[in-house]
This record gives sequence, C-alpha cells and structure tokens, in this order.
Amino acid sequence: MNLLEVIRTAVFALRGNWMRSALTSLGVIIGIAAVIVMVSVGQGTQAEIDKLVSGLGSNRLDISGGGGFGGGARGAAGSRYTLSDGDASAIRNEIPEVQYVAASMRGGTQVVYAENNWSTQWQGVQPDWFAINEWTIDNGAGFDPHDYSSAAKSVILGETVRRELFGDEDAIGQTVRLGRVPFTVVGTLQSKGQGGFGQDQDDLVVVPLETARRRLSGATALPAGAVQQITLGVARAEDLDYVQGEVEALLRQRHRIQAGEDDDFNVRNIAQVVATRTQTTRLMSLLLGAVAGISLIVGGIGIMNIMLVSVTERIREIGLRLAVGASPEDIRRQFLAEALLISLIGGLIGIALGIVGALLVGRFGSLPVALNAKVVALAAGFSIATGLFFGYYPARKASMLDPIEALRQQ
Amino acid sequence: MSAIAGAVIQAHALGKVYAAGSEAEVVALRGVDLSIARGEFVAIMGPSGSGKSTLMNLLGGLDTPTSGSYHCDGVDVASLDPQALARLRLDKIGFVFQGFNLLPRMDALENVAMPMAYAGVHRHERQQRARDALAAVGLADRGHHRPSELSGGQQQRVAIARALINRPPIVLADEPTGALDSKTGEEILSLFKQLRDDGHTVVIITHDAGVAAHCDRAWVMHDGDLHPAGATE
Repeated sequence: MNLLEVIRTAVFALRGNWMRSALTSLGVIIGIAAVIVMVSVGQGTQAEIDKLVSGLGSNRLDISGGGGFGGGARGAAGSRYTLSDGDASAIRNEIPEVQYVAASMRGGTQVVYAENNWSTQWQGVQPDWFAINEWTIDNGAGFDPHDYSSAAKSVILGETVRRELFGDEDAIGQTVRLGRVPFTVVGTLQSKGQGGFGQDQDDLVVVPLETARRRLSGATALPAGAVQQITLGVARAEDLDYVQGEVEALLRQRHRIQAGEDDDFNVRNIAQVVATRTQTTRLMSLLLGAVAGISLIVGGIGIMNIMLVSVTERIREIGLRLAVGASPEDIRRQFLAEALLISLIGGLIGIALGIVGALLVGRFGSLPVALNAKVVALAAGFSIATGLFFGYYPARKASMLDPIEALRQQ
Repeated sequence: MSAIAGAVIQAHALGKVYAAGSEAEVVALRGVDLSIARGEFVAIMGPSGSGKSTLMNLLGGLDTPTSGSYHCDGVDVASLDPQALARLRLDKIGFVFQGFNLLPRMDALENVAMPMAYAGVHRHERQQRARDALAAVGLADRGHHRPSELSGGQQQRVAIARALINRPPIVLADEPTGALDSKTGEEILSLFKQLRDDGHTVVIITHDAGVAAHCDRAWVMHDGDLHPAGATE
C-alpha cells in the first residue's frame, strides 16, 4: 500500500468516529498550544535578560573606590578617592588579559546653550571608556590625544542632551557651558535608548578625565591622580573571574592593605549578578516547559488509549484485511497513520492556538514573549513524536493479531 | 475434469497441533493428504470441531502447518514468514465467509476494491475493475449501496466479487450459503459453478451435504482425518 493510500484509509477511519478523533486530538491541541505559549514566554524572559546582560557588558569589571572607615562610619562605595590613574595604569601593565582600562569620574552639572539649559550627568573619561561601554560617536571627531593630555575644554554630548539643547541645529563646534565653564562640542554619541533598568542612557555629557578633574569635580583637595572609578574590559569573558582576582590582589598590594584588613575598593562583576538572574529564569522556563510537556504526554496517552480501543473494536476489520492480503506491516502502518494524523492535526491546530495565545499574552499579559520559528518547528516535531511514540504500541498490537482469531471475533 | 496444469492445491501429510509440546496439546489435523486440480469445484464437509476450519485456514495461508507440506499454486507454504503468507493470500486466495465480512462503512464498490489497495493497483484501475466485478455478479446498479442496504444474497455476491478482485487462482468459501435462505443459496452456488467454468479453483467448506452435491468432488473431515465423501458413512 503506498503512502497516499495509507493516509486516505486513515482519514476514512478517523472520519468514521470524528467526534472521538476530535476529542482525542484536543489533548494534543492543548499540549502543543501550552508548549508554544510557555516556551515563548520563557524565551521572551530570557531575551529580556540577555538584552540586560549585553547592555551591561558581560566581560567588564567596575572598580570603585571607597569603603573604609571615616570617623567610625563606613563610607559608601565611591565616596572616597582611594583609586588613582596609577591604579588604572598598573592594571593595564600587569594584567595582560585586560583589554581595556579606563579611569573615570562623574558628577552632575547644568549644561547651557544659548537660552536652553539641561541638567545632566558628566563623565570624565580615559580613551578606553568608549570601547568598554560600547559608545560610538556618530557625529564629530571626538577627543584627540591632545584633548586628554591638556585637559581641553572639549565635550561630547549624549543624544538626549543634544536634542534638548540643539534640537535640529548642528551641535558640532558650538560652545556650551557646563556650569560656568565654556566647552566646545566635538562630538555626539550614538543613541543607546533605554537601559536594562529603564534609565535613559543617552542623558549624559562626556569630557576628558583630566578636564573633569580640574574644571568640573569641584573638589579642591584631591590626592594626585585620584579617580572615582576604574572600568576594565577583558577580551574573553571566561577570563573575567581570574582577572577579578588579579585586580583585587594588585590593588591590595598597591594600596598596602595588610592581610585581614578590608579593601578600600569594590570590584563589581555585573555579569555575576545577571548570571544568577539568568539561572532563575532558566529554571522558570524549564518548569513551564515541563508543565507543558506533561500536558502533551497526557494528550499522547489519550491517543494511545483511543487507538487501543479502536484496535479492539475493529479487530474483525483487521482480520478481514489480513485475510484479503494485507500484510502485518500494512496493518501496522494503517494504525500508526491514524495516530499520527490525530496528533498532527492536533499539532497544527495547537500551533495556531499557541501562536494566538502567545501573542495575546504578549499584548495583554505583562510577560515578554519571544515567538520564533524554532518554537513552532519544535512543537510540530513534538506532535509528530507524540503520535509516533503513543501510536506505535497500539499499531504493533494490531499488526500482531492472529487473522484467524480476529475473524472469529463477533 | 480439467486438471490441465496439475494440482493447484497439493497437501501431503498435513498436520496441525495447537499448543504443541504442552500438556494440553490439541491435534486438529492428523496427516491430511489432499490434491485439488486447477479448475475443480470441490467441497470439504464435516461437523463442527472436525478440523475443517483448521484445514481451510491452512489452505488459505492464514496459518502454517506444524507438520507435513503444502504447496499452493507451486509455492511451499510451510517455509513462509507472516509477510510472505500475506503475499500468498493476496495473490493466490480469495476468501468468502459465512458472515460476508463486508466493512459496514464502505459501499459495495469500496468493499470490492479494498484488496486491490494492498496489491498496489492504481486508483483508477481499482474503480474500473471493482465496477466490472460487481457487474459480473449481477450488482452493477448497487455499487453505491452500503452493506446494510443490501440483502444477504447481494452481500454475499459483493463478497464474492471482492474475493475475485485480485484474480486469485483459488477461492476458499467457508459456509458461503450458511446465512442464506435455500433459494438464494442456490443462486450463490450457481455463481460458484460459473467461477469454476471461468477456470477458478473453488473449495467450499460446508456441513451441508446438499451444497456438496453441487460439487465435482467432496471430502468429509472427521476428527482431524480427511476421507472422500461416502467412504466413511
């Protein structure tokens, strides 16, 4: 019997008991739809976190000064200038796995251009800061080496600041005031939009570190070369933990911190924090997937159950088909085709419902949903596998019937 | 008798033991010798439990013997696996049953055409041949009737058309008139005679001596042994 004939016979058999066939596929429909919705939600959440991770950078360390005691109260991180340019240079020189190092300072200021003004954050940076934070300059030349060394009054504007001050006007070459100090705009940053925590990443201005130290920090008695933060990037994410250890050891040595004493700096590995969250999400996805999978198994058992009933009911038909020349193989194929057809039709309807369901959850639920072709293909594969797995035993049972016994059944 | 091509059914010392080797073994056939020529119309009689159904199952390739040999149209049946037995039934044997065994959800044409699907006959040819076969048994205008819409005699005609559809050399009929009134039974028997005249070998299993009287030859099965009719009674 060729495949087309097998399918035709299976369709004929299923139509004979269409209500039962429909109810049986309902199990698969629900199972597949659940798989699609659950996996979509799981992947959506995962994608959200991935976005967060890539926004933060998975191969960077943030070192801030501070900690330590001042008058009995433990200072907040960054509250004391315990880090310096020298620390940054030492890291660069002594830890080869480190690709980028940038010391930086930051603070708040008001930016004024003509009659427009805007309150924002300034960042005083070293050259690598752009690479570590994945900023690109989309207009203007940016800082040249001389700007860094001479504490030039050059500024690069974040997109939000540029928009608020200049609107449609060209900002490059214009003079803005940061507080009372006039600066020349030498570049604008390409917009990054909202960050993973919902903040506006484009609301900042960037100046060379030395400029910030002299013109903006407002601190009068800074230790020489003091910075608030050192950020570093490694080339390979798997080196991160090792580099963190090296950095801590190096800084303890440079800061002459004795064994048992507290660090006067903090090294933050954001990737670690995110990894924990990723793991939680993954567990949730797995749990959702398992629930969906269980409903699919229940659907499959429904198929097996009905197919077994069907074999028993049609034992005489099987006997007759065997008598007129059907081989056991033909019988097995016929019943397998019926089970497959139930699960495949159920699967298709389930996919349609699942897609609709996922879209509804995405629109009206508060959960992020990532629906992609892979999920749908996976679901289709599952439905076929369900039919094959749960249809095999009944089909085998049918094919092993003794034709004489089968014909004798009333 | 037209034994042109020799014996189409050739059984020698055919034996069948159920549950062989166990304590409760049942001997259904005790070394049956049987030779039926091509184009013969024969009857095998016997009371129920005599082993005639077992013999028919063996002759029809539904079962394999535990001893002896059976050649069906030249094929040694004892050596066949289930797959090959199915092929034998498909090519060599047409079954007609007492209870017709038509599939209730199919109309007469679909019932007749069904075995051809297993023989790999093309769909269009199937429909044509099924129509021809129904016409040959006098049911040209009943093709789209379901079995439940046909009389017993008509149903048995459909079953005979189905048995012949793959053009097997042998037709095995198990009590083909058992469920029919005597007039309809006569009609069915004359249909079998017509088959014989067309060159088919027809074997009827029956307990009815009246049916056997129509046949060229008859045997009686008794307790697993086969004797020519008249020899034991």
